[in-house]
Amino acid sequence: MSAKLPSSLLRRRDGVVAEIAFVWLARFAVFAPLIVLGWLLGGLAIDGLGRIDWAFITELPSRKAERAGIWPALMGSLWLITLTAAIALPVGVAAAIYLEEYGRQSRIAGVVEVAIANLAGVPSIIYGMLGLGLFVRFAGLGKSVIAGALTLAILVLPIIIMSTREALRTVRDSLREAALGLGATRWQMVRQVIVPMALPGILTGAILAVSRAIGETAPLVLAGAVAYISFAPDGIDAPYTALPMQIYDWTSRPQKAFLVNAAAAIVVLTVVLLLLNSVAIWLRNRYQKRAY
Amino acid sequence: MRDTDVPAAKMSTRGLQAWFGKQQVLKGIDLDISARRVTAIIGPSGCGKSTFIRCLNRMHELIPGAGSSGTVTLDDANVYDPAVDPVMLRRRVGMVFQKPNPFPSMSIRDNVLAGLKLTKSLNKRRPAEVVEKALRQAALWDEVKDKLDKPGTSLSGGQQQRLCIARTLAVEPEVVLMDEPCSALDPIATARIEDLLHTLRDDYTIIIVTHNLQQATRVSQRTAFFLTGECVEYADTDRLFTSPGDRRTEDYITGKFG
Amino acid sequence: MDASAATSVEPVASGATSKPQRPWLRQRSGSVGERAIELGLAACSLVSIVVTIGIVVVLLYEASGFFAHVSLGEFLGDTMWTPTFTDNQHFGVWPLVVGTLMTATIAMSVALPFGLLAAIYLSEYAAPRTRRMLKPALELLAGVPTIVYGFFALTVVTPFLQGWLPELGGFNALSPGIVMGIMIIPMVSSLSEDAIYAVPDSIREAAYGLGASKLPTIFRVIVPSAWSGIAAAMTLAVSRAIGETMIVAIAAGQSNTLSFDPRGQTETMTAYIVRIAQGDLPTGSIGYQSIFAVGLVLFVMTLTMNLVSYRLSRKLRARNRT
Repeated sequence: MSAKLPSSLLRRRDGVVAEIAFVWLARFAVFAPLIVLGWLLGGLAIDGLGRIDWAFITELPSRKAERAGIWPALMGSLWLITLTAAIALPVGVAAAIYLEEYGRQSRIAGVVEVAIANLAGVPSIIYGMLGLGLFVRFAGLGKSVIAGALTLAILVLPIIIMSTREALRTVRDSLREAALGLGATRWQMVRQVIVPMALPGILTGAILAVSRAIGETAPLVLAGAVAYISFAPDGIDAPYTALPMQIYDWTSRPQKAFLVNAAAAIVVLTVVLLLLNSVAIWLRNRYQKRAY
Repeated sequence: MRDTDVPAAKMSTRGLQAWFGKQQVLKGIDLDISARRVTAIIGPSGCGKSTFIRCLNRMHELIPGAGSSGTVTLDDANVYDPAVDPVMLRRRVGMVFQKPNPFPSMSIRDNVLAGLKLTKSLNKRRPAEVVEKALRQAALWDEVKDKLDKPGTSLSGGQQQRLCIARTLAVEPEVVLMDEPCSALDPIATARIEDLLHTLRDDYTIIIVTHNLQQATRVSQRTAFFLTGECVEYADTDRLFTSPGDRRTEDYITGKFG
Repeated sequence: MDASAATSVEPVASGATSKPQRPWLRQRSGSVGERAIELGLAACSLVSIVVTIGIVVVLLYEASGFFAHVSLGEFLGDTMWTPTFTDNQHFGVWPLVVGTLMTATIAMSVALPFGLLAAIYLSEYAAPRTRRMLKPALELLAGVPTIVYGFFALTVVTPFLQGWLPELGGFNALSPGIVMGIMIIPMVSSLSEDAIYAVPDSIREAAYGLGASKLPTIFRVIVPSAWSGIAAAMTLAVSRAIGETMIVAIAAGQSNTLSFDPRGQTETMTAYIVRIAQGDLPTGSIGYQSIFAVGLVLFVMTLTMNLVSYRLSRKLRARNRT
């Protein structure tokens, strides 16, 4: 059969080599960054894991690298993210509800939309400067946990608003009509029908926002975190440090032993982040399977 | 066959079957497509008529999960032979789609030249001549000759479809497959494309899928009626519409279903 | 397809384009309680506008103190930046701007080719299963805190590069630039992939129907069709690279003169701000105020890029609405 085939139909060699070369190049582009990620995490584990023990978690920082621990930083981070979530979540979710369920056709929604899109791209250090100018100085909060938390809350607000809107959008309009048709007011509809259905999506966004906040360093440098502190915060007006700040401080020191401490602290930070993210992924999977 | 004056077959299918996943959409089609004629494929939606022509230039296999079996020949060469490059086949068997789909990133001129540029076969041909010839063949030249640098998407729907036809003709295929080319167009634009088909059939073998029976009678010499993946009847268009040989054909063309 | 084309192709275009209408949105809420809730929610949505204004006001207010002391001509004309020196003070912002652009350029020369190739691979070549595995894996890269990348650049990448480039300094622009680029790859690839994915299949079919093979189809039809979305991704990535702080603060060093050598110490605008903020400069001092002047430049640069990116992605969305 193939003897009869005219040359105009036959497979050609030119272009085939180029395509194979291209596919390998493209594969390399996907896998090379992943290899770097493995290199990064693997190296950190090798450097840092051996340094982690119970004392490392519960001890206070010290001038002697071998005796230093991360307790104040860990507690500082805990205070920060708790306060950040407590401030940013209600405001962000409320803003998203307004934009999706009430003000969709209003002129203000358009302006808010552009503002959010822009805020999402503002460098985090600029938020730090806002925090410094507005909370630390103008509002007189000083270098306190609450000043840092307010700064981080503003930083993660766009993330929460955008992911909540996304979640609200997945709820079908027919359910809104059904609720209103039963005589519910708009708020009753939102609170009893829409938000419960969108809740997993909202929570996923919240976790992502928190994991963003927990890893931020630059805004805290400006908004009053101190590098060296020997006690955990005991209130919202207490001075504080945070895990990334502690890592930054150790990384900036010339002695090698402090770099090991930094690697160990990064391992702790990464474990916390991985835990948060696995919860987010688990929620997202659960959420995507539900069809409505 | 009782039909008279049937020229040599340009393309033939034997036992052509096609699937989407597990669902069989063509159940063994034997058809000979005459050279330099317009052949219409008619039938209700879902009868497999689009799949049929997409098998002729191996576009069907691009859809994930799609498969086919049987033979399709072009000038007696089996186009499903493993040595055949579907890309080369499509240069000889061109296609016009249901929705006009000019390349949004390209000007009118570049759209016409796209096939030649993409296949690096512009060689010694003069681009300006290629563009003018193809646009004249597609009866679009007079409308666009002064704005060849405008984006192809700036044209009206009917003009866009003629641009897509010009783009296909510029590659100089031997067979042109048309998948309901007028279904997205208004009656005036449709009439222009039908006029175009009359002039094109001297040079090309054309296969047109249509859901519009009047269109089939207006443009084609041969018509095949498809129903649920089978070719029920294939005859000269005049005969098929005046004295159909099969009861189902008669029911369909008289509007009893479909 | 643009709007004029969409309107002329009546039967296809209608219906698919408009958002679902929600007639009840036009109704006013009935009771006082309902109105109060609506107002409360609206107030929350205004926070983002207030924050935007707040940023501008804080930056302008603090920078105005700086510009009362330093003329704009000096700020943009001098090529030395030593605001914290007690004598021989210079206030030319160029060393920081050049340092910023240099690290951003290095980052983009990594992120752009890798991100775009990864996007093409994921959207046009990878099997759906592979794609589902690789996409979240790549996104992990974006989830690593920047402080970790800074540590990586300083303690791993710089020594590694020194093996190849012996004249590379312990602090340099090259290493943090490359690491920053790797960090940005997922952002470029996922936004570019969205843009490529949005190119309708009918366009791919048209190219294949003309007898084009896959590679020319990708580079001469699909990528150009997705161009505005890809450009939006790139612009956003540049903005991200310009604003990135901790990687450069840790691994790039400091410098107060104009330098174009990526092997030597380099200071970016962000790294300068962090360095000064860490010290104990009295508020109101010129050094303290200088970080807001630099912050203002940084904000204007990133804002411009973000707005350009926003416009580009809107354009893509409008064109693909057929």
